[in-house]
Amino acid sequence: MTDRTPPGQEVVLRLDHVTKEFVLRHTRSLKEALVWLVKGRKGDLSAKFKALEDLSLTVHDGESVALLGLNGSGKSTTLKIISGVMRPDTGTIGVRGRVAGLIEVGAGFHLDLPGRDNVYLNAAILGMTKEEIDAKFDDIVAFSEIGDFIDTEVKFYSSGMYLRLAFAVAVHTDPDVFLVDEILAVGDEPFQRKCIARIQELVSRGKTLVVVSHDLELVQQICERGVVMEKGRMVFDGTCAEAVGFLRERNRGAA
Amino acid sequence: MTPPEVATGLVAPGRGRGLLDVHRNRYLLSLITRKEIQVRYRGSVLGILWSYIKPAMQFAVFFVAMGLFLGLNRGLENYAVYLFSGIILMNLFNESFRNAARSVVENYNLIKKIYLPRELFPVSSLWVALAHFFPQVVVLVVACLFFGWVPGLAQVGAVLLGTAIVAVFSLGIGLLFATANVFFRDAENIVELLVMITTWASPVLYTWTMVRDAMAPWMFALYMLNPLTVATELFHFGFWQPTLDASSTWALPDAFFSLWVPVAIGVSLLFLFLGDLAFRRHEGTFAQEL
Repeated sequence: MTDRTPPGQEVVLRLDHVTKEFVLRHTRSLKEALVWLVKGRKGDLSAKFKALEDLSLTVHDGESVALLGLNGSGKSTTLKIISGVMRPDTGTIGVRGRVAGLIEVGAGFHLDLPGRDNVYLNAAILGMTKEEIDAKFDDIVAFSEIGDFIDTEVKFYSSGMYLRLAFAVAVHTDPDVFLVDEILAVGDEPFQRKCIARIQELVSRGKTLVVVSHDLELVQQICERGVVMEKGRMVFDGTCAEAVGFLRERNRGAA
Repeated sequence: MTPPEVATGLVAPGRGRGLLDVHRNRYLLSLITRKEIQVRYRGSVLGILWSYIKPAMQFAVFFVAMGLFLGLNRGLENYAVYLFSGIILMNLFNESFRNAARSVVENYNLIKKIYLPRELFPVSSLWVALAHFFPQVVVLVVACLFFGWVPGLAQVGAVLLGTAIVAVFSLGIGLLFATANVFFRDAENIVELLVMITTWASPVLYTWTMVRDAMAPWMFALYMLNPLTVATELFHFGFWQPTLDASSTWALPDAFFSLWVPVAIGVSLLFLFLGDLAFRRHEGTFAQEL
């Protein structure tokens, strides 16, 4: 990597006038759809809901961005569009390098498999190769503090152990853009501190981070930049501390 | 305000390249496939051995009940082998098709949260079906050897080709129904209907000559257009025919290798192409529809 641009100049993520509309489908049966067709398409089969409206956002490498806002403001939808789970209706989205997320830790876990198999499966789902997983396996187990339970089926884990293992896998993937959706409330206090330290370490190593959280104190420890969203639109973009102040001010006004 | 920007190499996330992506993610595919098999046999002492016991028992029942009691051996020599070689092929198709059609809806949890090539799920259904198909082939081979089966290169080739046709066809139609199933759960019921028909729409229980004699020529042509029919005959050619006496009059349909086999390959590939196309066109909306 000799021709690397200095950090902070390379665009790793760009949303350009992104709009996303959700169709709230009323029906999911072929019969009703046929009846609707036969009746000359009268009425609407579905209602629409705008989750994102004309959202533009550019993130440079090494930035740590917090997406803030009330429930339903479009934060998670933004993350899903960045990760590729959803596609925008209009506008464009571009990312550079590998994107991986701590989106809903443990989504890829299978309860009937032992911890070891789940580590491999989940890490591969998050985009790691076999060699990478082999190399990091011991670190992952050590980080999760699971110990000898690694060969026990996951269904016998306590909820804390489950989340710790899932989180450990996720933070050991080595993406260029790291997406974190409201999962920092993992495990007990010491483990939480460990997770935050790990994320801060990622930031200091120059990883790009996009975080969605309602924990405004926590977010200020991790992120430099803050973006406030409201009803699918961006209403503030600045430093994280300013964004938190803006959001608090705004909510006080609303209350 | 910002330093000069370098915005090169930005790519749109979540744009799949269809089946090519599956090939690039072979390791993940192998893990998902292994998971499915492991989960199915969890907590069972004999494990994968059950995959041998079940078809062996099935064959024994065919041999005794159909061949000896019903006397179908008199009409068709080694009827149990004839029947079994067709049945295992239908088992392969039905399992692969049925599970592929359900695979996307069943993995909604992952598809809604993490991006990964979604065609991995239907493709892994095919591999799981092949893993269950293999023991049945072993049972069939053992049975055939018992009936004096001495295969040549052509027989082995026919069996491999028949398997390939069914694999490709089941994946193609599976992708189509996996896509449809996301939008309309009725698709699953249509799948069940088709699965019910497949065994009867191919010469598994009867011979192809019965169809030719009972149907108009164009209907028989339609019958032969079904890749499963051709694959079944390839299996009969590979497994059953070598066990027959020299006096046997059974023969493959006219122009079988010169016309119907290439047609079956073409039809299967066409379905794979259409399935892949439909899947890719709609996979962008899977996460919000599920």
